Amino acid sequence: MFEALADRLEGAWKKLRGQDKISQSNIQDALREVRRALLEADVNLQVVKDFVTEVETKALGAEVITGVRPDQQFIKIVHDELVQVMGEENVPLAQADHSPTVVLMAGLQGTGKTTATAKLALHLRKLERSCLMVATDVYRPAAIDQLITLGKQIDVPVFELGSDADPVEIARQGVERAKAEGVDTVIIDTAGRLQIDQDMMAELARIKETVQPDETLLVVDSMTGQEAANLTRTFHERIGITGAILTKLDGDSRGGAALSVRHISGAPIKFVGVGEKVEALQPFYPDRMASRILGMGDVLTLVEKA
Amino acid sequence: DKTRRNIVNQLKSIVGQGPLNQAAVTEIEALLLQADVGVEATDYIITTLQNKLRQEVLPAEEAIAYLKKILRDMLDAPVKKSHKPIFVPEKETLNVWLITGVNGAGKTTTIGKIAHLAQKSGYKCLIGAADTFRAAAVEQVKIWGQRSGVQVIFNPAKNADPAAVVFDAISAATARETELLLVDTAGRLQNKKNLMDELSKIRRIIDKKAPNAKIESLLVLDATLGQNGLRQAEIFSQAAQLSGVVLTKLDSTAKGGVALAVVQQLGLPIRFIGAGEGIEDLRPFSSYEFVEALLNG
Ligand SMILES: Nc1nc2c(ncn2[C@@H]2O[C@H](COP(=O)(O)OP(=O)(O)OP(=O)(O)O)[C@@H](O)[C@H]2O)c(=O)[nH]1
Ligand SMILES: Nc1nc2c(ncn2[C@@H]2O[C@H](COP(=O)(O)OP(=O)(O)OP(=O)(O)O)[C@@H](O)[C@H]2O)c(=O)[nH]1
Ligand SMILES: [Mg+2]
Ligand SMILES: [Mg+2]
Repeated sequence: MFEALADRLEGAWKKLRGQDKISQSNIQDALREVRRALLEADVNLQVVKDFVTEVETKALGAEVITGVRPDQQFIKIVHDELVQVMGEENVPLAQADHSPTVVLMAGLQGTGKTTATAKLALHLRKLERSCLMVATDVYRPAAIDQLITLGKQIDVPVFELGSDADPVEIARQGVERAKAEGVDTVIIDTAGRLQIDQDMMAELARIKETVQPDETLLVVDSMTGQEAANLTRTFHERIGITGAILTKLDGDSRGGAALSVRHISGAPIKFVGVGEKVEALQPFYPDRMASRILGMGDVLTLVEKA
Repeated sequence: DKTRRNIVNQLKSIVGQGPLNQAAVTEIEALLLQADVGVEATDYIITTLQNKLRQEVLPAEEAIAYLKKILRDMLDAPVKKSHKPIFVPEKETLNVWLITGVNGAGKTTTIGKIAHLAQKSGYKCLIGAADTFRAAAVEQVKIWGQRSGVQVIFNPAKNADPAAVVFDAISAATARETELLLVDTAGRLQNKKNLMDELSKIRRIIDKKAPNAKIESLLVLDATLGQNGLRQAEIFSQAAQLSGVVLTKLDSTAKGGVALAVVQQLGLPIRFIGAGEGIEDLRPFSSYEFVEALLNG
């Protein structure tokens, strides 16, 4: 369905046969293709505009490299810019000087918070960091059961007070428990909420205020469309996030949400979810994500030549 | 963007009282793209609008009225074709509604809401819990069953075969003269071949075991979804012979514009919208409301 950006850029360039240098006039078609490709990958329109402007500036200022076609050079500029916006390298999970490290999970409904909570716990357990998961979703039917079931699968304890308790209180006592037991990291699962739901956002703010997390992770579904920018902005302004987890990347979405999340919040994407199973968590690699968004998996080799 | 004004006022500030110009059309284009309508469907809509503007000079208000008509016509076309403008189960016969979709879209919640609505409307209703995979999925759908007073057929064994659960649910529905059987399925991403085969198998069992039933196969699409929704609709259509769409989470600020592309490219009508997590937060789809919400940021 999607043509790789590389093919389309080559197409755009063919119309200008004989021109071997990037110029203001010959770059417009290529920029239009970039814009289209990013929109098709679900990058937010405003983010696309900023990005394309930046690429234009960089492309016009680029030195001519002999032996490299301008379309190849251009695609390298696009790719490099994408990688740069998404953060050059992988950023690991925070670790507090004095345990427990407190991690707070947040996000819209159904994005994968509860699953990611268990995945993170398993990941840390493998690093020999002990964990406690805290179940504060008292709203969704069987949300606590879900976390308990996952906890059993990975052999990590779950702190819960049932679904009649106050989520802020559950979070507070959960962290207390972790301290008392000398647990290395406590991960707080929260209910899904819309960023425009004032009451629920206020609740999350109170949880954060109470537990003072070392890491607040926004969990974003990689299939999210234009909304990724809006929700990131509000969660970041209202709650303050230190990182993000991008879920469901085992699907065939292009994942443009990643660019929006990073561009809007400035916070790094730390992990990606690549399956329903508890093992399916990987570190986030900006360069892989850049290629995915551009639909140019196999173009990397071409880029490396440039 | 909370401060986004009504589209007509917005365009008037660009063109004054004059006819719609290119700047205004660009503004409309941006609005559609930001609603996740997608590049291709947006191109179609803008071209149709511009063709009209070439024939006639239109002031902002009339141009927007025409634009709304383009959008409503797109959304209403499959409903007109299906000769089923009102979407309700048929009384005194078995209706099976298979609810499908990717992970976390809102399938189980939608089932809870439909069960409640059907029960209130006097249907004999039953739920088949065919998500045997996700942690506590059965517990979740059982709570929804309790809330609406609808029985749930499930298999307590861990990782039971979902097709077997569907088989049992149809047997129970037939024995109890159930009018509406709602089948909850596990979330699955459309590029997972084995999971899509499993869904096809569920569909085949329904066709075989309930040959006289009125079968609806609905895809649940999350309104916050981007262009991947189109891929989902394509592949789920093949696997489950979709007959319609439910658009959830429209209480968010997302517009669900990808549904437009789904309706247009696959000819699938949107049947319900979900607008909240509560049991009453389900409404029949109205193209009028959808288009107004889409354009009035
Ligand atoms: N394929 C795939 N499915 C995932 C991934 N992460 C989560 N899921 C699935 O997505 C669905 C929702 O996951 P949950 O962890 O329940 O999401 P949540 O954010 O806790 O949902 P709420 O608590 O209702 O807001 C489930 O079916 C999960 O199995 C992933 O990386 N890949
Ligand atoms: N705001 C809002 N949330 C919704 C709506 N419909 C469902 N949800 C929430 O979305 C999350 C996922 O809903 P589920 O019904 O569990 O989704 P599902 O498709 O059954 O998920 P899996 O079975 O894990 O694939 C839950 O937190 C629901 O409360 C809606 O219309 N609006
Ligand atoms: Mg959850
Ligand atoms: Mg479900």
